[in-house]
Amino acid sequence: MSRPHAWTKLLGRAAVFAACGLPLALIGFDALGGRLGANPIATIMNRLGYWTLFFLLLSLVPTPLKTLFGWTSPVRFRRMLGLFAFFYACLHLGTYVGVDQFFDLPAIAADIVKRKFITIGLLAFLLLLPLAITSTDRWVRRLGFVRWKRLHRLSYLAAICGVIHFTWRVKADLREPMIFAAALAGLFAVRLLAPLVLRSGPGTARAESVARAQELGRLRIDPARSSCGEARS
Amino acid sequence: MKITPLPLYLRRREFLALGAGSVVGSAAISLSLARSALASGEPTPPPLPNLRKGPFGTDERQNSFADITHYNNYYEFGTDKSDPAANAVVFPTRPWTIAFEGEIKNPQSVEIDELVKWFPLEERIYRMRCVEAWSMVIPWAGFPLAELIRRLEPTPRAKYVAFTSRLDPSKMPGQRRHVLDWPYVEGLRLDEATHPLTLLAVGLYGRPLPNQNGAPLRLVVPWKYGFKGIKAITKVRFVEKEPPTTWNRMAPSEYGFYANVNPDVDHPRWSQARERRIGEFFKRKTLPFNGYADQVAHLYQGMDLRRFY
Repeated sequence: MSRPHAWTKLLGRAAVFAACGLPLALIGFDALGGRLGANPIATIMNRLGYWTLFFLLLSLVPTPLKTLFGWTSPVRFRRMLGLFAFFYACLHLGTYVGVDQFFDLPAIAADIVKRKFITIGLLAFLLLLPLAITSTDRWVRRLGFVRWKRLHRLSYLAAICGVIHFTWRVKADLREPMIFAAALAGLFAVRLLAPLVLRSGPGTARAESVARAQELGRLRIDPARSSCGEARS
Repeated sequence: MKITPLPLYLRRREFLALGAGSVVGSAAISLSLARSALASGEPTPPPLPNLRKGPFGTDERQNSFADITHYNNYYEFGTDKSDPAANAVVFPTRPWTIAFEGEIKNPQSVEIDELVKWFPLEERIYRMRCVEAWSMVIPWAGFPLAELIRRLEPTPRAKYVAFTSRLDPSKMPGQRRHVLDWPYVEGLRLDEATHPLTLLAVGLYGRPLPNQNGAPLRLVVPWKYGFKGIKAITKVRFVEKEPPTTWNRMAPSEYGFYANVNPDVDHPRWSQARERRIGEFFKRKTLPFNGYADQVAHLYQGMDLRRFY
């Protein structure tokens, strides 16, 4: 396969990478400028948690976009988005363990056992762990694509746990967690309903969109590899 | 042609970023902690006249004016801690009338500027423990609620004091959303209300109370969680039965009527054993009744504080 515009792709990837790092950079700038408020530890932890959930949900967007509209380019960024979600999750958890609790392991253990929002938050992190480990091409080959794909459906479970973690943490104002919940429900709906709708016969939205994409030359369909291509970036 | 092993490449950068991020992060945290402790942010309005030193003051280090006025739970002006400082600036606190009613000999309505002339103002440096497990040391200015109650002469039927805050969605933007039942209401048992520690505050750091801290008049009950300290009081009613309180109505299993600071009774969703003093890195142990046990523990003799949390 030839890859024209390899440098444009690389540039696009670099741009997305930089954008994903921006929330962390902003936390750093705000910290240096003394703009994290009176309780900087809580602010940092909350912001890192927010962006973890944001990128986790964002990593679930490319596939529905492909299903609905035949857009394949966002799929190329899916792995990066997922890994950034994991990256922010590590920082979020690390801040809780190392800064907020300052490695007070008995207190952390008690929190995990007694506080269900922490239990489910940790569960979300543990679900992300195998996905981050098996995010390489090598692991896709080792597991075989079908099994790899099945494993990576755990990202949905992790997202559900993450949204519940946020919801249970909030004192009274549920607006932000509910926005995340609605977004996740929307993504679920597309996943569950799209196959039913799109599979209903020839001339369906999917077929049309694929045909359109082919006409426009945006897509090179190789039926034998198309599903595998989805997994690669 | 072999594709560059992008994942490895990417992850190498992420691990680098992780390392750099944690170094930057920890440096940043210590820096901003130092800053928030140093910044005193001079308050602007003229000092309150004839302010005298009151009793019960702690000699612990006071939190900065900037921290006290920019880290507020005051949902009438938004649910983010920084919202009240931003949204309460234009809140009109004059003219302001407070109604005293119910089981008292002299029901009446009083202008706030008249009310503050009734009693000499005292400075009270109190610890403030939020139910969210953080705390501050705040130099309030005000007068003991007990003196006001003495003047209003409660009848023998008065057993509780019920407070009502302002309801004005046009000036309190947070009230346009039903996050809590508006207006905010709070209450105390009469013996709690007449305890010499219980304060009606009109000032902070020797100056008139900033809007985001509850101007023109707020309650301060230092041995209870901060949410008992109702802000922008418009009505004080003396009643026979325990009055409803806002957070208790919102989540009865999480917030009780008494809400005494108690390290042994956890909030269902988090521990109350320790707290972070704003400006400090390490958490400190939370004290029973927020360190005021010697003064107030007798009020609750024989009560099961696990049940009456």
